[in-house]
Amino acid sequence: MRRLLAILCMFAAIGLSAAHAVLPDEVMSDPAKEARARNLSRELRCMVCQNQSIDDSEAPLARDLRLLVRERIAAGDSDSQVIDFLVARYGEFVLLKPRFEPQTLLLWLVPPLVFLGGGLALWMNARRRPKAAPQPNASLTAEEEARLAALMSGEAPAEKS
Amino acid sequence: MIAEAGHYALVLALGLALIQSTVPLLGARWRDPALMNVARSTALAQLLFAGLAFAALVTLHVTSDFSVLNVYENSHSAKPLLYKITGVWGSHEGSMLLWVSILALFGGLVAAFGNNLPLSLRAHVLAVQAWIAGAFYLFILTTSNPFLRIPNPPMEGRDLNPVLQDIGLALHPPMLYLGYVGFSISFSFAIAALLEGRIDAAWARWVRPWTLVAWIFLTLGIAMGSYWAYYELGWGGWWFWDPVENASLMPWLAGTALLHSALVMEKRNALKVWTILLSILTFSLSLLGTFLVRSGVLTSVHAFATDPTRGVFILLILCIFIGGSLTLFAGRASSLKQGGLFAPISREGALVLNNLFLTTACATVFVGTLYPLALEVLTGDKISVGAPFFNLTFAPLFVPLMIAVPFGPMLAWKRGDLFGAMQRLMAAGIVAVLGVAFAWAWARGGSALAPLAIGLAVFVIAGAASDIAERIGLFRVPLANAVRRARGLPRSAWGTAFAHAGIGIALMGIVCETTWNSEYIGTMKPHDSIPLAGYQFTLDGLTQRQGPNYHELAAVFSVAANGRPLSLMAPSKRNFTTRGMSTTEAALLSRGLSQLYISLGDTTPDGGIVVRIYHKPLVLLIWFGPVLMALGGLLSLSDRRLRVGVPKPAKALRGLQPAE
Repeated sequence: MRRLLAILCMFAAIGLSAAHAVLPDEVMSDPAKEARARNLSRELRCMVCQNQSIDDSEAPLARDLRLLVRERIAAGDSDSQVIDFLVARYGEFVLLKPRFEPQTLLLWLVPPLVFLGGGLALWMNARRRPKAAPQPNASLTAEEEARLAALMSGEAPAEKS
Repeated sequence: MIAEAGHYALVLALGLALIQSTVPLLGARWRDPALMNVARSTALAQLLFAGLAFAALVTLHVTSDFSVLNVYENSHSAKPLLYKITGVWGSHEGSMLLWVSILALFGGLVAAFGNNLPLSLRAHVLAVQAWIAGAFYLFILTTSNPFLRIPNPPMEGRDLNPVLQDIGLALHPPMLYLGYVGFSISFSFAIAALLEGRIDAAWARWVRPWTLVAWIFLTLGIAMGSYWAYYELGWGGWWFWDPVENASLMPWLAGTALLHSALVMEKRNALKVWTILLSILTFSLSLLGTFLVRSGVLTSVHAFATDPTRGVFILLILCIFIGGSLTLFAGRASSLKQGGLFAPISREGALVLNNLFLTTACATVFVGTLYPLALEVLTGDKISVGAPFFNLTFAPLFVPLMIAVPFGPMLAWKRGDLFGAMQRLMAAGIVAVLGVAFAWAWARGGSALAPLAIGLAVFVIAGAASDIAERIGLFRVPLANAVRRARGLPRSAWGTAFAHAGIGIALMGIVCETTWNSEYIGTMKPHDSIPLAGYQFTLDGLTQRQGPNYHELAAVFSVAANGRPLSLMAPSKRNFTTRGMSTTEAALLSRGLSQLYISLGDTTPDGGIVVRIYHKPLVLLIWFGPVLMALGGLLSLSDRRLRVGVPKPAKALRGLQPAE
């Protein structure tokens, strides 16, 4: 909390007109915690931007969220607790990687299903094809069968013209 | 006057497209060569009039005629000439005009160089082209007319969006469109084949060069756009999984699959139905991309709902063309005979595997891009699908694909020898293991998986090299013989090797940049100095400068390595007065294949400035890879057996010789 206060004071002192992606005054003193904050920031959406993570965004809201993430980390939250906190406050929209839930079932299942379905279709096709291939030989007409039998027995029938 | 002439030319082009879309079909039905030949002359005339309309808009922009709404909204008299020209396609209307002009260009090319096509096939292809062209001419004329006048012309224009005032705009959209729209040719060929009910290996041979041309441009266009975003947006990212990027990636993935399946069809007369379907899907994805980017649906579903004319029109085009072509496909596909049996372990099998992976990747991008839109429309729930989702789903698809890439060209057609291929790839495998060991020993920090990914990249590159070495018998026959064989090797074999090596090179750049990139973010005052990745950066000072239509704050940094001064770097922040917008102009310094990157933030009241300094190791490989892939495509295209428009007798002579 002291850290946040310090950050807020610095923020007030500098009086930035427009924020910018990860500013020097946001960086946490503990490099391990800062690295965690950066990793989390990449997973979180700046909700007023088009498809930008709060790590990349220059919007003031993104800065607020970055500070919030760091505040939660400083307070001792684990990564998943930070995520839960943000989702509780801002909804699923804040996650750039949606959770596996009923409403995102299809999203997560399409890639494996397409792959497996395609693979299965290929496998079935490969199994069916060799059987189908010799068929032309089997489908001789009765006339052809008779002629073939005659040829096999060595009594070639005279060609009628 | 010029605006009206341009408008009129566009109307004439529409008229020609309507003739071209009907008369040749009747000709084909009645077997009347004269009517079928109408396709050729109308396609060329259509190109002429679309070109005239485009030239008219360029002229209006260059002469800064602010009585035209499009020029007023997107230009400024003080803008440099280059940006006056490129600004033509910086707006929605102009970019759609570029789209149809390129469509007309491809139609014209088929008409001009398609002399060796059967007459009825050419008539059908050009008719289908004209359906697409007609739909888009109508779209432009009714909803996005770039030639509208303003009753009381203003004195000065509103200037182009400053982010677009860059050399990138001169190259990126035209290349991307040449790719997007180029796939319309394979689409038209597919529809023509379905209409005629006839398709054979020769069909694949005609389609493949066109697909290859489109693919080369799309590859370069995407790479170009990525580099532009990298230096323009100011934080050194080069791929964002943004829906707009995904819109171009989907046709690329499908088009890459199409190139490979058309190969199987051409050589072995197999995979016909699938190749036709891919041709349809690839261009459908191009249309989808156009819809996503041009309808405003991406900004918000609601933005689309409030001003729906354009969006609904493109959506209608989309539905008619995709729905119509898929219906036609469903009805006719069963009549196409399958041919060419092959064992699972074979060149064909490898190419089918490639198609399975690429199609799945394409489906992943598709669902990731459209799912949030669909969910919001259906349930009102808002979710985001961004980079972390795609990174997670793409890696499991691309790793096996990349492992398989070197095996493909090593396998024989019909029935391959996997064990033999493994033996021949032994050397590449050893080089890859050395690569892993080297990366492991050299790397400080970063993911433990990164050296393995480097090994994979090395394997793909070395695999492409061993393919060539194997073909020319390097180390098995005397060197002079090998060189002679290398010269005699079909260019398409070189093309394959270059394109495959290109993927490995891009992967290497991606891994290095994301894993070992170092950054400094901080406030610096003049004469401050900071070390980063073995370089010393000193801020010498800040200066104000005035440009033609902006003023900028530039910071001059001197960069030193090992105590010796290297160079100066001058990043700046530009403020464009007319629009009141600012852009960051990053300073880049290439050191071999790595780059130093500085971009500026805001100034602080005590005379300091926020700076971001990055060292990006081997980052240039990310774009060299695609360039090499495009070069491979070009080599393959220049293969004499595939040359566009080979005259008939020559083709008959070489007809049986397969091209790769």
